[in-house]
Amino acid sequence: MSKRWFASLFVMVLTLGSATAQSGTELRFCLWSEPKTFNPLLVQDDSSETVRYLTGGVLVRLNRQTQQLEPELATAWKTSRDGRTITFALRQNVKFSDGTAFSAEDVAHTIQQMMDPNLHSPTGDSFRSGEGKVETKVLWADKIAIFFPAPIAGLDKLFDQVAIMSAKSPKKERAVLGPYYVAEYKAGSHLNLERNPNYWKHDSSGHQLPYIDSVRLDIQQNRDIEILRLLRGEIHLVNSLNAEYFDKVIAEKPALVHDAGPSMDSEQIWFNQVASAPLPAYKKAWFGSTNFRRAISESINREDLSRVVFRGHARPATGPVSPGNQFWFNTRLQPHPFDQKAAMKRLEQDGFRVQNGALRDKDGNAVEFSVVTNAGNKYRERMATMIQQDLAGIGIKLHVVTLDFPSLIERIARTFNYEACLLGAVNIGLDPSEQMNIWLSSAENHQWNPGQKAPETAWEAEIDRLMRAQASELNEKKRKEYFDRVQEIAWEQEPFIYLVNRNALSAISTSVQNAHPVVLRPQVFWNIDRLSLGSEVAQK
Amino acid sequence: MRQLAKHVAIILVTVLLGGLLGATLIRFAPGYGVDEQELDARLSAGSIEALRRASAPDENLFLFYGHYLKRMVHGDLGTSRTLQRPIAQLLRERLPDTMKSVGLGALLGWALGLALAIPVAMSRAWLVDALASVMAGILLCIPVAVLALLFVLTRAPARLVIALIVFPKVFRYARNLLVRSAALPHVLTARAKGLSHAGVFVWHVLPLAGAQLLALAGVSVSLAFGASIPVEVVCDLPGIGQLAWKAALGRDLYLLINLTMMVAVVTLAANSASDLLGGAFGRSEA
Amino acid sequence: MKWVRRAAIIFLLAVALACVFAERLAPADYAHQFRDIPDAPASAAHWLGTDDLGRDRFSRVLHGTRISLLLAPAAALIASFLAAVVGGTAGFVGGALERAVMSGTDLFLSLPWFFLLITVRALMPLNVSPITSVIITFALLGCLGWAAAARVVCADARSLKNSDFALQARASGSSGYRLLRHHLLPNLRPVLYAQFWISIPVFILTEANLGILGLGVSEPLPSWGSLLRELEGYSSVTSNAWQFAPLLLFISVVSCFHLVVLDRELPA
Repeated sequence: MSKRWFASLFVMVLTLGSATAQSGTELRFCLWSEPKTFNPLLVQDDSSETVRYLTGGVLVRLNRQTQQLEPELATAWKTSRDGRTITFALRQNVKFSDGTAFSAEDVAHTIQQMMDPNLHSPTGDSFRSGEGKVETKVLWADKIAIFFPAPIAGLDKLFDQVAIMSAKSPKKERAVLGPYYVAEYKAGSHLNLERNPNYWKHDSSGHQLPYIDSVRLDIQQNRDIEILRLLRGEIHLVNSLNAEYFDKVIAEKPALVHDAGPSMDSEQIWFNQVASAPLPAYKKAWFGSTNFRRAISESINREDLSRVVFRGHARPATGPVSPGNQFWFNTRLQPHPFDQKAAMKRLEQDGFRVQNGALRDKDGNAVEFSVVTNAGNKYRERMATMIQQDLAGIGIKLHVVTLDFPSLIERIARTFNYEACLLGAVNIGLDPSEQMNIWLSSAENHQWNPGQKAPETAWEAEIDRLMRAQASELNEKKRKEYFDRVQEIAWEQEPFIYLVNRNALSAISTSVQNAHPVVLRPQVFWNIDRLSLGSEVAQK
Repeated sequence: MRQLAKHVAIILVTVLLGGLLGATLIRFAPGYGVDEQELDARLSAGSIEALRRASAPDENLFLFYGHYLKRMVHGDLGTSRTLQRPIAQLLRERLPDTMKSVGLGALLGWALGLALAIPVAMSRAWLVDALASVMAGILLCIPVAVLALLFVLTRAPARLVIALIVFPKVFRYARNLLVRSAALPHVLTARAKGLSHAGVFVWHVLPLAGAQLLALAGVSVSLAFGASIPVEVVCDLPGIGQLAWKAALGRDLYLLINLTMMVAVVTLAANSASDLLGGAFGRSEA
Repeated sequence: MKWVRRAAIIFLLAVALACVFAERLAPADYAHQFRDIPDAPASAAHWLGTDDLGRDRFSRVLHGTRISLLLAPAAALIASFLAAVVGGTAGFVGGALERAVMSGTDLFLSLPWFFLLITVRALMPLNVSPITSVIITFALLGCLGWAAAARVVCADARSLKNSDFALQARASGSSGYRLLRHHLLPNLRPVLYAQFWISIPVFILTEANLGILGLGVSEPLPSWGSLLRELEGYSSVTSNAWQFAPLLLFISVVSCFHLVVLDRELPA
C-alpha cells in the first residue's frame, strides 16, 4: 500500500517537474559575432550592444516606435536652463538581478566610471562636451543631479545608452537592472539569458515582465545558416535582413518578413579632399570643386540603385538624416535627381568637355578615378558597378577597387592614398549631436578631409558654426533650424554624395506575439519585455 | 636516433624562422595597427588615439619577436587583441575540433583517392579512369563555399567537405604516379610472367611509388589545413581555420604568429615523418 | 575511347572559337546593364539569362572564358615549372641541399601569404586597369602555388635517381646530362602533369576569392571565378537555374582538357 503511494507521489513529482519545464519559454536568435565585452560602458560592437539592451537597466528609454523618451528607472527628470545639469528622480524599491538594492549611489558610480578618461568608454565620449570634470551629487537616496562642464544638447536622450551598474554588488557588471541577466556564456557558441527575477516592470494587469523566461543567443557568423535556421523554425527572429534574404524568406514563408521602411543607415560616396593626399594636383582640383561633386551626384541614378541592387527595399537618399528620423529630417530637401544634362552643364562651367567620348578637364586630362569599397559587401560592389556605368554616360572612367577593411581604413584614415570611397554610415541615435564628429572640420571622422586645424572652406566653417550652435542650444525648435541648415549645406556642397537609405527589413516567427518591428535598432526586440511566445500570456 | 634529433633540430629552427617571417609579413602589410572601430563617429579624438596605440605596439620587429619568444618559453602565448582572450585558451578550445576535421578529412580523402587510383592504375579500365577523373574534376571546379553550402543545406557533417577537397588532389597525383610505375619495363615483364594484379602492385608498383606517395601524404596534411579555413568559415565551425581568418582580417599579430608557428610545426612534422619513412623505404628497396 | 577524345577536341575547339569571336557572338556588351531585367531567366535575347545587375550572362561567360582559359594555364605552367626546378634539383642533388630546400618548402607552405598579397595590392596603383590586375594576380598565383608539388617531385626525383634503370643507364656509361634528359625528366612528368591539371581549376577559383584583397578581376570584366561567385550564398543557389551554366561549362572544359591534352602524355 505505502509502496504504491510512494510510487504515485513519485510520478506526480515527475509530471509536475516536466510541466514547469515545459512552461519555461525560450526566445532564440543569433548574434553575428562574439560579444567583445560585457561591460556596458565599453560596448561598441553590435553583439555587445544586443546583450546590453537585453540586460541593462537605463534611467530613460527612447521608445523605438514613437521615437519619444520614456521613463524607466527615472520617474522624472529635468535639464537645467543652461543645459549643463540634469536631475533625475529615481524609481523606488528597485533591485538588481542579484538582489542588491538600487539607489542614486549606483547612478553616481556608473557616471563616474563612464567619464573616467582612462576607460575610453564610447558611451562616455558622447557626453564629453568640453574640458573639465563631470560631477555627480546624490541629493537623496532617490534623487541625483549630474553636472557637466559645458552644455550638452539633447542630454536626456543620451542616457538611453547608459546601463546603470551596481556600486556595491560583488558581481559588478553582472548585476543588472534590465529584463534579463547573463546566466551562461560559452565562448564561440552561445549565451543564455535568464529572466531577471527582480525586474521592476509589470504589465497593466500587474504581471511581472518579461513574459519570456529566457533568451538564447547563438553565435552564428554565417548568415545563410541563420536564414536556414529561421525557415526551419529553429530560431524566432532575424533582426536585420538584407534584400536578398528578404526575398528568399518571402518566397517560402511570407508571414515572417517585415519591411519597416527607410532605416537610419545610409550609403554614400565621398571624394578625398585632403590637401596633403598623394594625388596629382589636377585631381585634387576636381574633387575640391563643388560643380564636379554635384555633377557626379546628378549623374548617378539612385532610383536604379534602389530598385536593382536593393530590389526595391531602399530609397534614394537625400542627406545625412534619413526620412525615418521623424523629427530631424529636413522635409524641404529632395534627393538629387538623375540628370546627366544638368551634370554636363555644371562640368562645362569648370572647363570640362567631352572629347571622343571621354571627359577631359580644362588642361586636357582624361577624367578617370577609382572608388574603393570594402570587399565582401555585395551591395556596395554592385552599387559601385552601377555607378561605373552611370558615369561612363558622361565620359568618366571609374575603377572599382574592393579592399579588406583594415587596408581600406588605412587608406581613408591614415595615408589618404585614395580618390573616392563608397561606404555606409550607421546612425544609432536620432540626435544630430551624435553626428558631431562627422561634421566638425576638426574631427577625425570628418572623412573627406579630417582633422583640419582651421576650416579650409567657407561652407565647412559655416557647418562648424551651426553644429556648435545646435549643440549648445536647448530649444529644440532652434536646434532643428540650425541642423536643417547643415543638411541644406550638405545637400548643396555634397562632401558626401548620399546614395540610398536601406529599408529596415526583419523576420519574426509567427509564434512571437506583440512584435512591432521598427526602423530604429534593435528593430525587432526593442520591446523585449513585452514579447511573448504563443500561449504563455494566456496561461499566466 | 641521431637522424631523429637532426630532424627535430631542423624543425625547431624552421619554426622559429617561420614565426619571424610571418611576423614580418604581417607587420609590413597594409592595415596593420588599424581598428575598424576608428570609424565609429561616437568616439572622441582621445579614444581614437588610445585605440590606435592599443592596436599597434610601437616596437622594433626583432625586439618584439625576442620578447615574444621569451614569454613563450615561460608558457605565455600572449593575448588575442581582436578576441580579447588568452591565445593558449583559444587554441585549447579550438584545436581539437580542427584536428578532428583535418584528420578525418585527410584520411577520407586519401581512402577515396587511393580506392580509385589503384584500380585505375592496375586494371587500366578506361571507363573507371574517365569517370574517376571527371569526378575529381567536378570537385576541383566547384567553389568550396558552394560545396560547403550544399552540405549545410542537406545537413551533412560539414567536416567531410575537407575530404572532398583533399580527394581530387590525392587521386590525381596517386593515379599518375601509379600508372607510370605500372608501365615501367620490369613491371610489365613481371606481369607478362603471370604475376597477379595484387602481386604486381605490392611487389613492383608500390615500392616504386611508395616514397612519392608518402611525400604526398605529408603534403596533404597542409592541404587539409588550408582547406579547413574556408570550410570552417562557411560552415561556422569554431575551429582554428575560422580563428585564422578572423585573426587575418583583424591583423591580430600575436594570434597570427602563434598560428603560423603551429601550422609550421604540423607541416614540418608531417613532412619529416614522411621523409623518415620514405628514407626507410628507399633503403630497404636498395 | 577514341571517339570520346575526338568529341572532347571538338568541344574544346568550339569553346575556343566562341571565345575568339566573343565580340561577334555575344548578343550584348558584357558590361552593359539591362536594368529593367535583372536576374532574368533565359530568353531569345539573353540565352543564359541576365545576372543580378541585368548583364547578359552569355556574353559574360564568353569573355570570362577567354580570360580564365588564357591565364590560368599560364599560371599553372609557372607553378609546375617552379615545382620541377626546386623539387627536381633538390631530389637529384640530394644531401644537405635537399634537406635545406625541403625545409624551405615546408616553411613556404606554412607562411601567411595572405599578407604578401595585401602588400602587393598596396604597391599597385588604384587606377590599374582590370586586365593588368588580373594578369598580376595569376602571375602571383603561379609563383605561390608550387610548394606542395615540389615536395612530391623531390621524392620522385630521389627515388628515380636510385632506381634500377637509372643505375643501369649510369653503368652503361650515360653522361649526367643524358641521364637527366632521357631518363629522369620524362619520368617526372606524371607528377608535374598532376600539378598542372590541379592548378588550373584551383587558380581559376582562387582568383575570384582574391577580389577580397582588391586583386583579381575587377568590375566590370568577367572571369570564370567571378561568375562562379554568383553561386555562393543560400539566397542565390536555388533561385535561378541559369546561374549554373558557367559552372557546367567550367567543369566540361576542365574535363575535356584533361581527356585531350594530358592523358595523351602519360604512358597509356
